[in-house]
Amino acid sequence: MRKYWHVVGIGIQNNLTYRFNYLARALFGLIPLVAILYVWRTIYADKPADGLVGSYTLAQMISYYLLITVVDALTAVNEDDWQIAADIKDGQISQFVLKPIDYLYYRLCLFGAGRITYLSVAAIPLGLFILSLHRYFVLPADWGMLGWFLLSTLLTAALQFFISYTLAMLAFWVLEVSTFIFIMFAFEYIASGHLFPLDILPPAIERVLYLTPFPYQLYFPVSIYMGKTTGVDLAKGLLVQAGWVVVAYALARFAWSRGLRKYSAVGG
Amino acid sequence: MEKRAAPFLSRTQAALRRYLGIYAALWKNSVTREMNFKTNFLLWIVVEVLWFGLQLAFIGVLYLHTEQIGTWSKWQVVMLVGASHFIQQVFQAFFLINCTNLSELVRLGKLDFLLLLPVNSRFVVSFRQVDLGAFVNAASAVAVMVYAAQRMDLSPGAAQIAGFLVLCAAGILIHYSLMFLLASISFWTVRAQGIVWGYYNLFQIARMPDEAFGRGLFRGFFTFAVPMLLVSNVPVRLLVDKLSSAGPLLLLLVMSGLCFAVSEWIWRLSLRQYTSASS
Repeated sequence: MRKYWHVVGIGIQNNLTYRFNYLARALFGLIPLVAILYVWRTIYADKPADGLVGSYTLAQMISYYLLITVVDALTAVNEDDWQIAADIKDGQISQFVLKPIDYLYYRLCLFGAGRITYLSVAAIPLGLFILSLHRYFVLPADWGMLGWFLLSTLLTAALQFFISYTLAMLAFWVLEVSTFIFIMFAFEYIASGHLFPLDILPPAIERVLYLTPFPYQLYFPVSIYMGKTTGVDLAKGLLVQAGWVVVAYALARFAWSRGLRKYSAVGG
Repeated sequence: MEKRAAPFLSRTQAALRRYLGIYAALWKNSVTREMNFKTNFLLWIVVEVLWFGLQLAFIGVLYLHTEQIGTWSKWQVVMLVGASHFIQQVFQAFFLINCTNLSELVRLGKLDFLLLLPVNSRFVVSFRQVDLGAFVNAASAVAVMVYAAQRMDLSPGAAQIAGFLVLCAAGILIHYSLMFLLASISFWTVRAQGIVWGYYNLFQIARMPDEAFGRGLFRGFFTFAVPMLLVSNVPVRLLVDKLSSAGPLLLLLVMSGLCFAVSEWIWRLSLRQYTSASS
């Protein structure tokens, strides 16, 4: 166990070298967010006072996007998938096959380290931004839900990581994995609630989305925070989310073992 | 006077021919390179089409819940998203890889070779590769724009379309200048890829209707400092008869010249600062 903590430490140190990059990413990321908020404000301005979009007031809509940004900062896979693919392509994984360290756990530690560093850098601009909009920021509907929200966020992070890891395993078979990563990312971007809350969609489409893992990659924890998922739905949702995590984990393990069979270190 | 002007003219003509020759060779290189990875070439087109579709879907969802954004109707915004994609893709075809590669050239010391070539160094750095897939994607953007025009019963005249294309060119010049400027920062920070990719976020503003941003600081900044809200909004306004005066039109042209001048200045400043990484 200690060796893995060591990996986390090294990962944080490594990432801190590029803290300026992280800061730039966090700051630039706020620009489209502000733009979307402006668009929504304009749409609400055309409606009668207290007009709703779906079930959202303007304040709730703004809170939604702020929460998405926070959960995304906590759970998004940053460059891990590229690095894993590069490790496979360059033959770097040979050393992990020989060493008493599990590559999946090793990458999971680095993913954690990446999130910790990103948060430590992004917390200040993001915090200031939320503070400047605090008038619109809705507190959780029920404080007891906060625990479930955090649990679900943790599951979201695990799901994001295992899916990215599985996708990166494609590097065993194809030369360029970036196209596959971007195709997946496109689906995640729209179907996980990045662009808009999923419950403003026509109900039929929303129901179809819930058959995929995408809503559990971002939207679900936010819906818990906002009090949209409660009671039986909450319990059922968490179970389904946990189920997807297990499936993604199994797929990751399976792809790795099949990949290794195909793998031959090039250049030693 | 005339005696002097003549050799000057023939000199520029010769230089132009020479640079066109070099550029043709660079094109040939790019085509050969792309054809080595045909599946990958096609997959990148799929990626771009997906992301374009996703933007259009977002507009579709927004307009499920409203009739207009400011005075922009649904099909006008579709036109805007299409035009923005068109401008972005043409920019990508000619310049994007070259701008993002600059920081790698600096980091690995490969820039030395390019500086030693007997041609304008900004020219080689900017035009080294062509992204052919982007032309296909630009075509898909044109298809969406034509469809949107039909839905609005819009039939712009030849002059309007020509004006639109000139304004698009100005928009592309702005994207190129700003991206090149950001890439030049890599002379100082070495790993500027994060900054360059951060520019991607700015594309997202370019496809938003300008009226959504009121009259505040945000709109001012992205009009006069980083003119993202002019790049595709002004050409589309011309196309859909949404222009009340020639002001925005002139502003876009002036800003594109200004952005280019600033990027040239920073580029020269950075070159003076450059010390090779190798040797």
